[in-house]
Amino acid sequence: MTAVAQRVPRGDRFGAGDLLAEAAAGIGARPGRLMLTILGTVLGIASVVVTVGLAQTAAGQINKQFDAVAATQGAAEAATSSLGGDELALGTLPWDAPERAERLNGVEAAGLVSEIEAEGLEVTTVPVHDPSASRTASTPVMATSAGALAALDGRVVQGRYFDAGHDQRGDRVVVLGADAADRLGVVRVDRQPSIFIGERAYQVIGVVDDVVRRTDLLSAVILPNGTARADLGLTVPQELHLHLQVGAGPLVGSQLPTALSPDAPEKVKVGVPTGGSAVQRSVQADISAIFLALGGVALLIGGVGIANVTLLSVLERVGEIGLRRALGATRRQIAAQFMVESVVVGMLGGLVGAALGVAVVTAVSAASRWTPILDLRMVAVAALSGGLIGLLAGLYPSMKAASIEPISALRGGV
Amino acid sequence: MTVLDLLGADDATDVVPPVVELRAAARQFPGDPPVNALHPADLQVCAGEYLSVVGPSGSGKSTLLNLLGLLDRPSSGEYLVDGIPTAQAGERERAAVRAQHIGFVFQAFHLLPHRTVLENVLLATIYSGVPRTERRDRAAEALDRVGLTHRLDFRPTVLSGGERQRTAVARAVVSQPRVLLADEPTGNLDSESSAAVLELFDELHADGLTLLVITHEDDVSARAQRRVRITDGHLRELA
Repeated sequence: MTAVAQRVPRGDRFGAGDLLAEAAAGIGARPGRLMLTILGTVLGIASVVVTVGLAQTAAGQINKQFDAVAATQGAAEAATSSLGGDELALGTLPWDAPERAERLNGVEAAGLVSEIEAEGLEVTTVPVHDPSASRTASTPVMATSAGALAALDGRVVQGRYFDAGHDQRGDRVVVLGADAADRLGVVRVDRQPSIFIGERAYQVIGVVDDVVRRTDLLSAVILPNGTARADLGLTVPQELHLHLQVGAGPLVGSQLPTALSPDAPEKVKVGVPTGGSAVQRSVQADISAIFLALGGVALLIGGVGIANVTLLSVLERVGEIGLRRALGATRRQIAAQFMVESVVVGMLGGLVGAALGVAVVTAVSAASRWTPILDLRMVAVAALSGGLIGLLAGLYPSMKAASIEPISALRGGV
Repeated sequence: MTVLDLLGADDATDVVPPVVELRAAARQFPGDPPVNALHPADLQVCAGEYLSVVGPSGSGKSTLLNLLGLLDRPSSGEYLVDGIPTAQAGERERAAVRAQHIGFVFQAFHLLPHRTVLENVLLATIYSGVPRTERRDRAAEALDRVGLTHRLDFRPTVLSGGERQRTAVARAVVSQPRVLLADEPTGNLDSESSAAVLELFDELHADGLTLLVITHEDDVSARAQRRVRITDGHLRELA
């Protein structure tokens, strides 16, 4: 303890609160100038947020188109094991698999598809056995649940697809794939044509086409599951097809086995698209690198702007600095005040810039009908980096302010 | 040599030390040739004194003021404020002494144009360690004392010169300094305002405040009970 410290009574010394109050008053003194000061940072931060945001949005857009074809389909089947060359199913899918799957978040449609071993089951339009007829390739017979068409992205071109009621009652109705309809000579379904599978007649209620995910359905006769079980001895469903939301693959992939086979999830084999692809990532990286470089340059300009204005402000306020020193401020307190002013100005610029950037990304996305994608952490980092820029920009002016001698400063006047 | 050693030299007795005391303090500015702005000078100002330093421009008045106000250090000699030696003290200690023992009034007022009168006075309290809860009351009180209660929320830019200087006086006395240093306090004022400010100084002196006024105007220096003339860096007591 020095003699001075002992003699000088201590009250509330110049503390953090005083520092903030003084800095705030310094900043608030000239709102017009504040606007100009933060302009550079606002533009810099905003351009970084906009460029990164648009890059992410654009990459997301690419994802979406990419995903729309490939990444929204999923499938599940019973796991198999190879024993001595024979594939052996370890379990079975439940008949209510579509209902179970559709309860999961991210599953838009689900449907079962099974091929029926139609050995000896001739599909014909007339129940006449004509030994002289040339042998044609047999028409495959398949069974699906009512929702399978949606899960497979198919389209009804005539009539209708069967529904859950047909399925439950085991009605003898069929839907033909477009190729099968051609082959069987079914042109119109409104005349209620029938076909025969073996010796049983089935009413054709619709024709489907564009089943891109399972093109073998196009050449098949499609029965409701219930009908196939009753008439054709279908015992277990073979495959569950899913239509997923974009990006839901990993989530559904992790939940579906338990949903389908709670007691033994490992007995279900699920094929779902993975989250992101290398292609998407590289596209995103390319775009981000270019735009980030641009944003960085803008930020640099913003920082230089703050440094300039803060320095100007120091030079303008030489009298004030001298006065504060005369009133007992130490060099450190003077430096701290200008530092805090600069940091606060930078953070203000960062906040305004980040907000502006988010607004622009949202507006551009809305105008282009894109889904705006923006990492929120990125926005927080942008606002904070405004403060960091203020900190760096304030270093030199603060040192300058601290080095001002009160004697010379007080010669000028206000 | 430590600060305590320096103190020990004359603090053995119960004698109240002078408020400010120059001991062979000199200030030389380097150059070719060096400028002796203040030759070794001795000066003691005791509590309650009203002293004026008078001299023409270029005589060393500003140098003396800067030394007395702890804005500059003597090249040689010692300067004590309230018995505290300051010539070799660190920056922080000198700042603390400046904040708590010395009040400044400048010719150019040095008020912050974007702050209200009250805020300008408050500024002095934050550096001098006035407890937060008392600051506003003390500032209002100081402004009441200089007769500016009706101007608390005005900005200095709309005040008259006399009012500005009274604001500056309020700022100087708000932290209850041991000595008020006034540098040409009437230099920017008309005669009426000058008279008001000098009247205020008389009142403060009557209240027991130690005043040290530096001026080149004889009628200003004549108000003081004790006068010192400075010529070419030499101090000389006037009868």
